Amino acid sequence: MNQVPLSHILFVSTALFFIGMYGLFTRRNMITMLMSVELILNSVNINFVAFNRYLYADKLEGVFFTLFIVAIAAAEAAVAIAIIINLYRNLHSIDVEAADEMKF
Amino acid sequence: MPNYAYIILIPLLPLAAFVVLGLFGRKYLRGISGVIGTGAVLISVVLSLWVAYGYFFSVGKVDGVYQPVIAWKAVWLSFSPGLSIDMSIILDPISVMMIVVVSFVSFMVHLFSLGYMKGEERFGTYYAFLGLFTFSMLGLVLSGNIFEIYIFWELVGCSSFLLIGYYFDRPTAVAAAKKAFIVTRFADLGFLIGILILSLHAETLDFRTLIQRFTEPSPQLAGITSASFLGISLLSWGLTLVFIGGAGKSALFPLHIWLPDAMEGPTPVSALIHAATMVVAGVYLVARLYPVYALSDPAVLQVILFVGAISALLAAVIACTQTDIKRVLAYSTMSQIGYMMFALGTFHSGEEGALGYTAGMFHLFTHAFFKALLFLCAGVIIHKVHSNEMRDMGGLRRSMPLTHGCFLIACLAIAGIPPFSGFFSKEEILLAAYRANKFVYVIGLLTSCLTAFYMFRLYFSVFWWREGGVSAGDHGEGPASMKIPLVVLAAGALLAGFVPFSRLVTFDGAAMDTPGVGVFAIAPVMLAILGILLAGYLYRKESDRPRKAAGVFGVLYKLAYHKFYIDEIYSFVTKKIIFNLIGRPAAWIDRNIVDGLMNSLAGVTARISAGIKGFQSGRVQDYVLYFFAGIAVLAVLFIYIYT
Repeated sequence: MNQVPLSHILFVSTALFFIGMYGLFTRRNMITMLMSVELILNSVNINFVAFNRYLYADKLEGVFFTLFIVAIAAAEAAVAIAIIINLYRNLHSIDVEAADEMKF
Repeated sequence: MPNYAYIILIPLLPLAAFVVLGLFGRKYLRGISGVIGTGAVLISVVLSLWVAYGYFFSVGKVDGVYQPVIAWKAVWLSFSPGLSIDMSIILDPISVMMIVVVSFVSFMVHLFSLGYMKGEERFGTYYAFLGLFTFSMLGLVLSGNIFEIYIFWELVGCSSFLLIGYYFDRPTAVAAAKKAFIVTRFADLGFLIGILILSLHAETLDFRTLIQRFTEPSPQLAGITSASFLGISLLSWGLTLVFIGGAGKSALFPLHIWLPDAMEGPTPVSALIHAATMVVAGVYLVARLYPVYALSDPAVLQVILFVGAISALLAAVIACTQTDIKRVLAYSTMSQIGYMMFALGTFHSGEEGALGYTAGMFHLFTHAFFKALLFLCAGVIIHKVHSNEMRDMGGLRRSMPLTHGCFLIACLAIAGIPPFSGFFSKEEILLAAYRANKFVYVIGLLTSCLTAFYMFRLYFSVFWWREGGVSAGDHGEGPASMKIPLVVLAAGALLAGFVPFSRLVTFDGAAMDTPGVGVFAIAPVMLAILGILLAGYLYRKESDRPRKAAGVFGVLYKLAYHKFYIDEIYSFVTKKIIFNLIGRPAAWIDRNIVDGLMNSLAGVTARISAGIKGFQSGRVQDYVLYFFAGIAVLAVLFIYIYT
């Protein structure tokens, strides 16, 4: 069976990372921005799994890290959504531009 | 040695009166505050007389010489072993003489004020201030070390300020109080530097030790005379600076400008502070350090001699032209203090060389009586006429017989007519001057003649001049509390000359025989009588003779009338020269360089922060951008450094 080369998988994860970053920069909706952050996290997850599988096939650290990251991402999503809800209650909007009071 | 510790009560009783009246005088003790103050001072008088009696007649003398006694001593501030500031009370002939004079005159003034200040809004405060002054002055004369005397010196200046400015709703009184305070404070700066120089080199603050070290050969004397500044030895500097302090307080030329203005205070205050006691503090200070002046530094004594003589003559000339009764008396005071000062300056090493010391102290003693009397009489007159101007008076001799008599006695005393007290002290001074310096003797004679003239000018203008006089608002000569002090002081002015002063107060403490007056007295007395006759000729009856006489003197009269423009010179020097040449450049430096430096520092900081605060935009996506930019930079650095 012909293996997919590592570089292809890294291309995918890089693409995913920059898509997430693009989303983070361009979206004004906080939920969308949260989703972009998840994309970035997942691109990292792919990297971990890929390196584990291709370079250290006899070890499991990469997979475990991925599991931890998924768990933490879930917790982080809960926190982030709580913040967003609070912001919405205060500002009646989840547009990130509306929340610009935290400045000099 | 007998126990003199109770002497501390003499200054402390007026202090207690000050504290009590200062705290409660306005609200609770309004009615009796005068009685409290007067009572406290009365006890002080009795104690002072008791001390004086004990000192002069029973225990002060050891082998025919009056010894200084340290009656009480306590360490006040101790800095290190060997360096401490003590509080002590010294008893020697001059301090004992002074406590009697100060407490006595103060008591008379307290008593007089009971009538004179009656009904004043701040009656209690007035007595509180009088108590403070009496305390400070008694403390000053009893001080046993030079730092202690400085403390009381300033306290005296402070209470003088408070009393001159007693009528604080009058702008002139406020200005006069400020002027007095600033001028004397300026002179006190000299005093302080003088104290520092002297005590640094003497390695002590105590008067007795200091005098001993500076009059006998000692390492300290060698040190201070060999050290010099601008070609003059530090001893001379120190003594001159101390004298400047004394000259400021004693209103000697050219620091006399505050004294005439100080007459804005209540008249009894003028009698107490600006005639009898505080203004002689300078004389007392020089007398206190007299051995050092006389034995170690005759050059400074020459300065004292001439400053005294110039002040005496100048003030006498000015007094002849003034029309405000209290100002005439103020210039007269200045003139008499000049007399005392040049008496001190006449020391020479020959036989009876220290006659001037006894004479100066004697004159201080007699002057206190007749000058206080003059001022209190002026108070009665002003009380009646409601004006300070001589022009508003005249012909008062019938309506005020008692004041008239007392005033006449005081005038005769100050003019030096025998057998009134001023005669004796003045003769001694003139004799001392005659032996020391003929030029000063001539000035003294001239001043003596002028003194007789201006005092009788005052006397005739107030009591004769025109018939009838003021009758409106006639309320006699005031209550008994105002009359008794007049009578008592008149008795003093009459009899003080018979005190055998040269047996009590002398330079070396040993009794000295009074030089016979005899033939020597003829010239001054004739001159004084001449002055009186001239004044009588000009002022006895209303006429235009005074105006003609003034015309004869022309420019001199005008100069004297304007007090030789000394006030104008001072304001020219301060406003034009000091303010413009020193004040303005200093203000410019402060405003532009000092402030500018600080402002530019603050400005740079503000501009930098304004520049970078844009980063904190509050927009989440900006922060994300910085975050990724940071990571990118870190990643690039990481790659290039580690590979």
